[in-house]
Amino acid sequence: MSIFQATRRVAYSFVAAAAATFATQAQAGGHGIDLTGKTVEWIIPFSETGGSAKWANFYAPLLSEALPGQPTVVVKFMPGAGSTKGANFFQNEKYEDSEGTLIFGSSGSTQFPFLLGDPRVKYNYGDWNVVLASGTGGVAYLPPELAAKMDGMNAAPLQGEDFIYGNQGATRLDLVPTLAWEMLGLNVESVMGIKGRGDGRLMFERGEANIDYQTSSSFLSGVTPLVEAGTAVPMMTWGALDDAGNIVRDPTFPDIPTFKEVCEATDGCETSGEAWDAWKAFFIAGFPAQKMVFLPNGASADAIATYTAAFEAVKARADFAEISGKRLGKYPQMTGEAAQNALESGTNVSPEAKAFVVNWLQEKYGVSLN
Amino acid sequence: MDVIMEALPALGDAWALILQPVVLGYLVLGVVMGLCIGVFPGLGGIAGLSLLLPFMFGMDPILGLALMVGMVAVVPTSDTFASVLMGIPGSSASQATVLDGFPMAKRGQAARALSAAFASSLFGGLVGAAFLTVFILIARPIVLEFRTPELLMITIFGLSMVGILAGRVAIKGIVAAGLGMLIGTIGEGASSGDLRMSSYDYPYLTDGLKLVIVGLGIFAIPEIISLLRQDRAIAKEQPLGGGWLDGVKDWFANIWLSVRCSIIGVVVGVIPGLGGSVVDWIAYGHAIQTTKDTSKFGSGEVRGVIGPESSNNAKEGGGLVPTLLFGIPGSGSMAIFIGAIALLGSGQIEVGPAMLQNNLDITYSIVWLLALANVVGTLICIASSGGIAKLTSIRFALLAPFLLMIISFAAFQSGQNLMDLVALFAIGFLGILMRRFDWSRPAFLIGFVLSNPAETYANQALQIAQSRFRKGFDEGLDYIFSPIVIVLLIVTVVSVVLGLRQAKKIMAEGAVPSGRKRAPLIFLLVVTAYIVLAYVNAAAIPDFSRDRVFPMFVAGVCIVGCVILIVQMMLKPEGHTIFADRESSGEDAEATFGLWPTLAWFAGLLILTSLLGFILALAVFLFFFLKIRAGTSTSFAAIYTGAGILFMCTMAWLLNRDFPPGLLQGYVDLPWPLT
Repeated sequence: MSIFQATRRVAYSFVAAAAATFATQAQAGGHGIDLTGKTVEWIIPFSETGGSAKWANFYAPLLSEALPGQPTVVVKFMPGAGSTKGANFFQNEKYEDSEGTLIFGSSGSTQFPFLLGDPRVKYNYGDWNVVLASGTGGVAYLPPELAAKMDGMNAAPLQGEDFIYGNQGATRLDLVPTLAWEMLGLNVESVMGIKGRGDGRLMFERGEANIDYQTSSSFLSGVTPLVEAGTAVPMMTWGALDDAGNIVRDPTFPDIPTFKEVCEATDGCETSGEAWDAWKAFFIAGFPAQKMVFLPNGASADAIATYTAAFEAVKARADFAEISGKRLGKYPQMTGEAAQNALESGTNVSPEAKAFVVNWLQEKYGVSLN
Repeated sequence: MDVIMEALPALGDAWALILQPVVLGYLVLGVVMGLCIGVFPGLGGIAGLSLLLPFMFGMDPILGLALMVGMVAVVPTSDTFASVLMGIPGSSASQATVLDGFPMAKRGQAARALSAAFASSLFGGLVGAAFLTVFILIARPIVLEFRTPELLMITIFGLSMVGILAGRVAIKGIVAAGLGMLIGTIGEGASSGDLRMSSYDYPYLTDGLKLVIVGLGIFAIPEIISLLRQDRAIAKEQPLGGGWLDGVKDWFANIWLSVRCSIIGVVVGVIPGLGGSVVDWIAYGHAIQTTKDTSKFGSGEVRGVIGPESSNNAKEGGGLVPTLLFGIPGSGSMAIFIGAIALLGSGQIEVGPAMLQNNLDITYSIVWLLALANVVGTLICIASSGGIAKLTSIRFALLAPFLLMIISFAAFQSGQNLMDLVALFAIGFLGILMRRFDWSRPAFLIGFVLSNPAETYANQALQIAQSRFRKGFDEGLDYIFSPIVIVLLIVTVVSVVLGLRQAKKIMAEGAVPSGRKRAPLIFLLVVTAYIVLAYVNAAAIPDFSRDRVFPMFVAGVCIVGCVILIVQMMLKPEGHTIFADRESSGEDAEATFGLWPTLAWFAGLLILTSLLGFILALAVFLFFFLKIRAGTSTSFAAIYTGAGILFMCTMAWLLNRDFPPGLLQGYVDLPWPLT
């Protein structure tokens, strides 16, 4: 036997071994009553890479287990026009065509264009049926030398500083922090074109931005190490809503004051009036009712009840706190009446609040929404 | 020492990550696919990675990386088959191998040439991986210091490389890159959301064109159409002959040549944009220069095989340096690689400085995967050389419909819209014309990929700098002209000067004959018209928006370039290199089939899809293409069609994807997959 043949034989066996170890994906399936054998499509109007994708990918397998008949739940991504494309698509879907096998996941980025009257919006939240609402919170933070200038909760000493903030877009969720800082009298210049809040944090870490905010889960994972290292100091949270609709301290960050407290302590910042009402309205739309799951227009009461029960069953899992805490953070997950309330407060702003924000965006960024 | 201590755990973690059976399985799968892609002439890493893109959505990052790195690493190994056995470069990275490899095969020493090439490839690949390991260790602390001005500067450095890629007429390359950047600005601007070259009435373009579509259109489609037109009955099967061991001995006897050429490969690979198309020529030149008796080159000198093959595998390791460290593509295939990484998992990995900070283990697993893929690829190449050699005798007409099918599916997955296919066709047509008139396609693609970073970083750096300047002049200057920026600036200027000097000698896509004036001039005028339109369109955006500045600047530079080209075209005589035109003589002019009838087949698939939906259209297309164009029997065409549809449906079912619906689906409810 020549050496080459030997090499070939060795190589052959290597190839064969490698082929044998190649694992194939197991297909999910199950049996039950209602949705047995069906496939539930969960439309996410964003790309595979965003926070909504994480959220839906977390819930999909749990929902599959909890629904009667254990249907396969697949997440379909339909990105485009900042989620407007997918939402417009969902608006045209009739319940009769899908009979409970089509659900939609919206986010704050779907709510804001709706609230602001973006001309591309052809959807109406009033037509849809909410079965789950997931909330979140947000924390603003500063470099230590600027944080040290604050007089307790009074932000007035910061009013002479030049702030740079990495902004994802004037009409995005970022309008909540930027409006809040504006109300405190801070001179914050927005650097646009940030692709995600992670980019904003990196700008802060590199010293290019000197004010930033993160949603609760990103703050816990990304900023807490900075706080421990002494390179960032939390400034305020946006707060959380109590049952009566009042802003209270965020239960995840009970030691950090809310924007409401800071505003009250700062001269020139009012917790009443049109600016405050507008901020509060958009805060509620963007944070405590950020992500919601809907059944399409005309869904039967049975279907709504089935999905509500399924999400309640997911929440009732013994390990839910543990697994959701890791992947979503400790946010309220609302179903039934609570979800309905979240929907209503999240998708209704007074005409005055809307007019105020539209006008403010026009003046500050030259963004025209007409 | 700290640097190394910090990185060592990541090196170990990386090993643990890739030494899982599943990961190795995917690696082997990627290697096998890379082998097939590399064997077929004309298809290289770009086409291969583009085909993998739709499968990357949401895939476990390490598995996706194994698949992609396996493919990228092995293409320069397997393309040797076509070069040696058929005398056609299997991909642009092994053009030089043909010169001595093919004569050796004709003398009955194919096996010797192949084994020398495989040994060199393996060695080069390992050198590349080793270099990457060390380089990441050294460069990491520097890269982590990068702020926006540095990132902007490195983007400009990447863009400046198109000067080298530009080919024989430098301005054409610059306009090509500018055109790529302008195409990249289509859609909503990142700064205030103003629309460029699009309208809310046609929502498709508002999100911009996707990299999958541009990559496939610019590179894969022109090559496929060109090969299809030639319809080679591909060379008779060459006997491989004996002498496998002799080849390895040849390599060992020339090990220092192999070492030097590997280093050349790494260095050339590191320079962004230069990529694969020139490295083999540089290595070949080096092999000639360092050989005493040069008379045998061109008629079967084994050193002429060892040199290029050592370098072209090593360059993949080098090419990963700018790609991973800065997110600046080292070559066309690396541009696709960057896009693909963003799709993996839930998108938490983004190449560039952030990756070195947060995903060092992933970064190192790419290095290990690269080394491993080279070993596995070489083993498979040797083990199955007989079978792979047979692949080269498949008629391209049988392969092309299959490739077109996968490409269409891949393109559709990017936006789930029939318009994806229209865009693919349009960009493909642009690619065909750019190839025909010798406009640099790599320059175009790099322009496209770097368009968004260049615009965003420029706007951000400017805005932050303005704020710093308001605080104090010194603080502003410190911000903009950091030591890293100054070094990069010098490097950029030097490389532009050297690049332009060298560009005339480097023919990235081979020699292109020149012809008459009319056709190249018309193409130039159409390109100019688009650029002017883009300029006017951007100028219409209100003054206060930052979204107008970048497209106006790029279009302005391009317009100047276009005007110079037009004037040159008017002054220069016919036959000057500026009138490069593949249709005037050579392979394309002598092709069996014309461009338009060939393109019409693809257009037919598109039109049928809009009427009947993708699967039905595909069935009709596959059957009639094979029956009429490829001239196969009815039963063969039917079986091929059935197999193709089955393959497509299996893919879509596994990935849980839909197919493009047509008009028919609007009237009739059809079951999946016909929906």
